Amino acid sequence: MGKSVEAKNLNIYYGSFLAVEGVDMLIKPKTVTALIGPSGCGKSTFLRSINRMHENIPGARVEGRLELDGQDLYGANVDPVGVRRQIGMVFQRPNPFPTMSIYDNVIAGMKLNNSRASRAVLDETVERSLRGANLWNEVKDRLDKPGSGLSGGQQQRLCIARAIAVRPDVLLMDEPCSALDPISTLAIEDLINELKNDYTIVIVTHNMQQAARVSDFTGFFNIEGTGKPGKLVEIDETKTIFSQPSQKATEDYVSGRFG
Amino acid sequence: MSTGTEPDRTGEVHVTGTGLEAPASATPEVLQRKGSLPRWAPLGILAVTAAVMAGVVVAMGSGVGLWLFFTAVVYAVATYVTSRVVEGARKAADRLVTVVVSTAFLLAMIPLVSVLYTVVIQGWERFDLAFFTNSMRGVVGEGGGALHAIQGTLVITGLAALMSIPVGLLTAIYLVEYGNNSRLARSITFFVDVMTGIPSIVAGLFAYALFALLFGPGVRFGFVGAVALTVLMIPIVVRSTEEMLKIVPNELREASFALGVPKWRTILKVVIPTTAGGIATGITLAIARVIGETAPLLVTVGLATGVNLNPFDGRMATLPVFSYYSYAVPGVPREPFLDRAWTAALVLMLIVMVLNVIARLISKYFAPKTR
Repeated sequence: MGKSVEAKNLNIYYGSFLAVEGVDMLIKPKTVTALIGPSGCGKSTFLRSINRMHENIPGARVEGRLELDGQDLYGANVDPVGVRRQIGMVFQRPNPFPTMSIYDNVIAGMKLNNSRASRAVLDETVERSLRGANLWNEVKDRLDKPGSGLSGGQQQRLCIARAIAVRPDVLLMDEPCSALDPISTLAIEDLINELKNDYTIVIVTHNMQQAARVSDFTGFFNIEGTGKPGKLVEIDETKTIFSQPSQKATEDYVSGRFG
Repeated sequence: MSTGTEPDRTGEVHVTGTGLEAPASATPEVLQRKGSLPRWAPLGILAVTAAVMAGVVVAMGSGVGLWLFFTAVVYAVATYVTSRVVEGARKAADRLVTVVVSTAFLLAMIPLVSVLYTVVIQGWERFDLAFFTNSMRGVVGEGGGALHAIQGTLVITGLAALMSIPVGLLTAIYLVEYGNNSRLARSITFFVDVMTGIPSIVAGLFAYALFALLFGPGVRFGFVGAVALTVLMIPIVVRSTEEMLKIVPNELREASFALGVPKWRTILKVVIPTTAGGIATGITLAIARVIGETAPLLVTVGLATGVNLNPFDGRMATLPVFSYYSYAVPGVPREPFLDRAWTAALVLMLIVMVLNVIARLISKYFAPKTR
């Protein structure tokens, strides 16, 4: 587990509108990469293009190459459903399935795909994933209760458990803490630190302290103005980005002198 | 300007400025509590108004309707004026709107309660076991029942539901999940809306004309009626299911996609279960809506006196048509026919009521739980 992701001159379009232009990025296996930048600069769009989620919007398409360990994710014979089984995702707002219990939510990826796993395997998966998401101790006595009865922070960790239950190679997180309080945020950040032992993690965040705390590498996206495409300004080790970035725009942004 | 020569005025300004001796009683006018009417005031005013208006109406020699009307109008005015004087303009407006809303509610309840009351009272006469066990075969006067009509209604409505629920559900799924607001999806939505508004007799004539072309004129059997009801039912099912599917948050679909679940499985196992209660409620209400249709069944199915459970052969009795015929062309003596008509209406109403209760139970049972 934990594969590298590489974008080569990636352009992302919504219809004829070029949303993100010319991204070259190498994400190393088992690292945490944070994507920062102002709203509307295309970091979420780029993130969603990694597991081909953006294709659900009519007219969305990409040009260029996106590789998972050298394998082209946009090849003609690649099934987007297969891509998503290898690249998991956690969303901004916690979204457990309201009709399912905590147990069923964790194994949703297997259950919805009609896997014929035995009860023992499912039990093992639930415990492993919930332990992995630091939620096991809080919910082990009420696994049959609905997932939507948990608090926001617990729900988000449940969603992370659900994402890692299918053992993806890469975990994408789209502002996973923006709807959570500081304590839940801390719990998720600790979790990210543990998860990077097994997974490659890409996280979009608006919180620069969070990027500095959790990530090994940081990419800064920027946009010149409305209607213009977003671009990756630079990507480097997180300490470098926050201490001596090579671009003036990055320095302005991370030091708060932006816009 | 004589500011300097008025020491008390400058003094006051000075005190207010430092806030040292701000008087405790100086509540600003906006915050001051006005007087308020006692709790019994609305009822009291209503009682007085009703009494006075009763006198007026008796003096004029008019009836109860005019008394109610006068009472409502004068009560609204009296409440507003009293409240305005005692409590001020804002509360007076509040009380006036309360009176108007309550009156509108009572007005809307009048026909509803009246229909319910009449049907129950009139239908009670023949609401006996014989009504549910006998047909009208060989019955000319007293006795008889509507067993054949109840069975016919259930068979024809059941057939209609069997045809329209799959078509309606799949249409709604196409519109919400696959339509993407394309030209086809927009035109389907438009025609579904148009179909919601067609008069039921047109649906009946359509089905009649269709089967007359196939089997020759004058053909009447249960399935033709089921087709007519299907035409009426599909748009209702599509509409309600579409609305239900639309309120399923997109995040749930994305969560499922992100787990590598194909789209059709996402729809089948995430989207539909999430809103199953709503969909079932919509379907049940659609059935309740068409089960009482009279006109289309009149032209397509006609009426029979005996039990006929085969919808593909011969006329069938249905509750609405049975009720209509018994009332419109009663035999001699009239009374038993009229009684049976009312009881048939009562039974139909009870069936609809049961369907509504089922709908509520379904939506309660399927609703996503939080604890």
